[in-house]
Amino acid sequence: MKNKLIDIRNLVKHFDISGGLLEQMALRNGRIIRERTVVRAVNDVSLFIHPGETLSVVGESGCGKSTLARALLGLYPPDGGEIYYRDNRIDGLTQQQMLPYRAKMQMIFQDPYASLNPRMTVQQTLEEPIVFHNPSISGSEVKGRVAEIMKQVGVDPKWGDRYPHEFSEGQRQRISIARALMVDPEFVVADEPVSALDVSVQAQILNLLMDAQEQRGLTYMFITHDLSVVRHISSRVAVMYLGRVCELAPTANLFESPGHPYTRALLSAIPDLYDHRHKYIKLKGEVPTPIDLPPGCVFHGRCPHADGRCSREIPSLNHQGSEIYVACHAIEEGRLK
Amino acid sequence: MDHLLEVKDLEVKFALRMGDLTAINGVSFTLDRSERLGLVGESGAGKSVTGFSIINLISKPGYISGGSVIFEGRDLTRLTNEGMRHIRGNLISMIFQDPMMTLNPVLTIGTQMVETLQAHMDISRKEAEDISLEKLRKVHIPSPEKRLQQYPHEFSGGMRQRIVVAIALLTDPALVIADEPTTALDVTIQAEIMELLLELCESEGTGLILITHDLAVVSQVTQKIAVMYAGKIVEAGQTEDIIDNPRHPYTQGLIKAIPDGRNPGARLNQIPGTMPSLIDIPPGCSFHPRCMIRGDICRHESPALKNIHGYRSMAACHMLDTAEKQAGANVTK
Repeated sequence: MKNKLIDIRNLVKHFDISGGLLEQMALRNGRIIRERTVVRAVNDVSLFIHPGETLSVVGESGCGKSTLARALLGLYPPDGGEIYYRDNRIDGLTQQQMLPYRAKMQMIFQDPYASLNPRMTVQQTLEEPIVFHNPSISGSEVKGRVAEIMKQVGVDPKWGDRYPHEFSEGQRQRISIARALMVDPEFVVADEPVSALDVSVQAQILNLLMDAQEQRGLTYMFITHDLSVVRHISSRVAVMYLGRVCELAPTANLFESPGHPYTRALLSAIPDLYDHRHKYIKLKGEVPTPIDLPPGCVFHGRCPHADGRCSREIPSLNHQGSEIYVACHAIEEGRLK
Repeated sequence: MDHLLEVKDLEVKFALRMGDLTAINGVSFTLDRSERLGLVGESGAGKSVTGFSIINLISKPGYISGGSVIFEGRDLTRLTNEGMRHIRGNLISMIFQDPMMTLNPVLTIGTQMVETLQAHMDISRKEAEDISLEKLRKVHIPSPEKRLQQYPHEFSGGMRQRIVVAIALLTDPALVIADEPTTALDVTIQAEIMELLLELCESEGTGLILITHDLAVVSQVTQKIAVMYAGKIVEAGQTEDIIDNPRHPYTQGLIKAIPDGRNPGARLNQIPGTMPSLIDIPPGCSFHPRCMIRGDICRHESPALKNIHGYRSMAACHMLDTAEKQAGANVTK
């Protein structure tokens, strides 16, 4: 068994969106009761990430993939479960205790225009994390490091005194990658880093991310809805649906023989450039809301293979051989091959 | 032969204080009845502006500065606002990216559908509602009678876009222009909407102009593709020719930049640089600063869109012979 850089066990993250006390009040059968509205964004998710690999988390909007990433980095305190970083438990740490891990774990966001401070120059943006994590570092060392990283991500170091708005979308994403690399992290979470980019620029950024991984031995967790990107860059893929992982498998296995009925439908919906009019598996109905989760398997209402058990019992993520895990009763029982 | 739509040397400018910027520079294409065309390109290529200018929806400071848009024999660029109103939303309708922005949030779906119909036809509310119900059924909205009374926020994103499709088809238009209709949607819903659009266009004989950045989506739906770059069409032809056998270096680069799952982990082909902004479109061929096979002529002479010897497609490139060798080299590799 390979060692684990990140180990997430039974992670739960719920958001209470009930609002103020008055908004929680409701009238039921002539009595006033207090009701809470809870979004069950991430439910009982267990995942691990090997050092040096790229684990992609895919799923459609609202499936909890971004929440999972943020809870992992401690940006949201989890409501349950455990998170380990190199066998050290990191959930529930104080801000102070978390500091050394923050330098090891960095994040790249989707929209660099929103994640870069518009009133800081590129130089200031890039200096900030390294000075924060190494207060004793000398000024010239910082400058050298900024120039080195800028060169590495393909932004001319002499543009250091410019502001984010003076760059193109692709250049800005390079700068936010540079900021993540400044503190020499081991683990980078990239949340839809190329979704806002045009395809020719997207290729530039994906190449940059792959190069950085090779040079620095980075481990990535890649959050995206773009399955062709996933297929290209990841070693393993976790498919999420309504806050749960329904399948976790090495990329080649997943794309060649998807197990979970949802994965099958999802993959069949990708338009293929060279296969005109291929048939996709039509799902019935719509994604239920995470406020009112269906009982049993969260997918059973839309699943062509669901039976009585699926509507009662939550399937667990079962080992299906060589690193393939699927949460599906039909597969477990052999009803679905 | 009579085309449904013929766009000829279309030119759109934006009058700014610094002078006029040319957004569309001599775009020409034709569309026959019940034909489907994909206008493809990256942001800033001018594909949306082209779509808007067909129905004369360019707002100030933009204006159509040249060329013509002949639709069913009439030049739409010369029509008055009054005349245009009979065309827009009636004979030609448009589908936009974000259904939440298209639908009026304070009116029920029914009101919006009836309003559209009554604007173009002299019919009663009851008749209009009947047509609306029929169209909602066509886009597979369950229990349409009940849905007609509901507001846009009561629908999911995919359903909203299906309603927008139903509204676009209300008046049985001859042409639908869909501007990135699935970009804001998840991939399973995208597949659903695209299939629906294709199905309806085929069964009703509606022409379609699909504007998108996504070549894979276009390849599923259209018969023809026009690739745009910096306000011009750089390559045009049958869909399968463009996808399988791109001639222009930009199209070739664009297709190779898409991760297609055939070489996982390999470096993706990247086109250096970015699309030029309208303020400083390079002289000569506007793609030359990013082009790997540019020659001297590309720096000062703009190439025209012309037939390629031995191919069905048209491309605007001085170096087509080189591009050909390039493509050949890639096939053998």
